[in-house]
Amino acid sequence: MHDDDHDHHHHHDNRYTDMQARVRALETVLTEKGLIDPAAIVVIVETYETKVGPRNGARVVAKAWSDLEFADWLRQDATAAIASLGYAGRQGEHMRAVFNTDDTHNLVVCTLCSCYPWSVLGLPPVWYKAPAYRSRAVIDPRGVLAEFGVTLPESKKIRVWDSTAELRYLVVPERPNGTDGWSDERLADLVSRDAMIGTGLAAVPENAR
Amino acid sequence: MNGPHDLGGQMGFGPVAPEKNEPYFHAEWEKRALGLTLSSGALGAWNIDESRHTRESIPPADYLGASYYEIWTRALEVLLQRHGFVTAAEIDAGRKQSDGAMPKRVLKADMVAGVLAKGGPCDRPVTTAPRFAAGDKVRTRNFNPTTHTRLPRYARAKSGVVEAVQGSFVFPDDNAHGRGENPQWVYTVVFDGGEIWGEGADPTLSVSIDAWESYLEPM
Repeated sequence: MHDDDHDHHHHHDNRYTDMQARVRALETVLTEKGLIDPAAIVVIVETYETKVGPRNGARVVAKAWSDLEFADWLRQDATAAIASLGYAGRQGEHMRAVFNTDDTHNLVVCTLCSCYPWSVLGLPPVWYKAPAYRSRAVIDPRGVLAEFGVTLPESKKIRVWDSTAELRYLVVPERPNGTDGWSDERLADLVSRDAMIGTGLAAVPENAR
Repeated sequence: MNGPHDLGGQMGFGPVAPEKNEPYFHAEWEKRALGLTLSSGALGAWNIDESRHTRESIPPADYLGASYYEIWTRALEVLLQRHGFVTAAEIDAGRKQSDGAMPKRVLKADMVAGVLAKGGPCDRPVTTAPRFAAGDKVRTRNFNPTTHTRLPRYARAKSGVVEAVQGSFVFPDDNAHGRGENPQWVYTVVFDGGEIWGEGADPTLSVSIDAWESYLEPM
C-alpha cells in the first residue's frame, strides 16, 4: 500500500513536471508569434485570485436572505439581479438562482465538462471538474453529499441541475436560524462556496447550534 | 459524440475527495494554462462549442488521466494547429519557425478587464415560437452522433417534464462544427431519478438538463 502511494505521487509529480514544460513551450511560441501578451495572463490570474471569487456569490445570497424584493428579482431574473451588485461577465452571462427549501435541496453539476458560474463563484475547484463528482452527482447525490459531511433527512427531495447548456446555476441555501437582524456582510460569512454549489449548507451560527 | 467527457452515471472513479482550503492553482503552470486558454480564445478563430468538442475528442485514456488544466492545454494545442497559428514542430521545439495565421485580435493586458466583464453571451433571437411550454411532457431523442452534442447519454430516450422555457440560444451541435449558430429554444427538462436510473434509484432524486428544442419530442 505504501509503495502504491509512492508510485501514485511519483506519477503525479512527473505529469506535473511534463505539463510545466509543455505549457512553457506553448507560451514561448505564442509570445514569439505575437499571439499573446504575457502581461494579460498576469491580469487574468490576478482577477480570479483576488477579485472574482465566491465572496461575490455569498453577497448575492446574503442580500436575498435580507431583502425579499431582491430575492424575488433573483428568482425572476437572476442575471440582472446579480449584475445590480456588480457581478457579471464571463461564465455568468445567463444566470439562474435556485433556492433550497424545507423540502428540496439543490445540487449543481456539469457532467459534460466544467460549466460553473465564474462571475459569482470564481474558478471551480478541482473536484468539481474531475470524473468522480461529474459521474456520481446525478446518480448518487446522497453519497456525494456524505463525502462533504452533509447528511440530509431521508424525506428531503434532491434536485440535481446538470448544466448542459449556457445557463449557470447559483444555489441559494436556506438561511440559518439565529441570524435575525444580521448585516449582509455578517450573513455572507456564513455562505461557503460549497453551499452555493449545493455540496454544503450555510454555516449555523454558534448561538443557534 | 460518446466521448470520455460524458460522465453522468459512470462508476469506478472513487470518492470526490474535496480538498480543504483548496488553493486556486496547484502549480504555476496552471495559471499560465488558464491565461493561455483565455488569451487564445480571444484570437477569435474558434467558438466555445468547438473548444468543448476539441476537449472531448482527447483520447479517453488521456482525458480521464488528466487534470482539467491539462485537458485545456492539450485541446488548445490542437485548436492552435487546426487554425494555422502554430505547427506541431513549433510546439515540439518551443520556438517560432514561421509566420502563421493572422488573428482577429490579440488580448493585451489593458483589454482583459473589459473582455472578462463582457463575457460571451450565447442567447440569440429566433423567429419561431417555442414548441413546448412549462408542464409539457416530452421525451428526449435517442441518437449517438459522432459529432458534438450536449444531450448526455444518460438522458437520451427518457421521459420528462418541461419546467421552464429558458430562451433561445446558439445550437452547439452545429456551432462546434462551423455550421452556423442556428439558435433554438432551450428548455429545462426534469426527469424522475427512477426514469433515468431504474431499479434502486433514489426515490427522492430528480435530475434536470437544459435541452435544445431539437433534442425533444412531444409525448
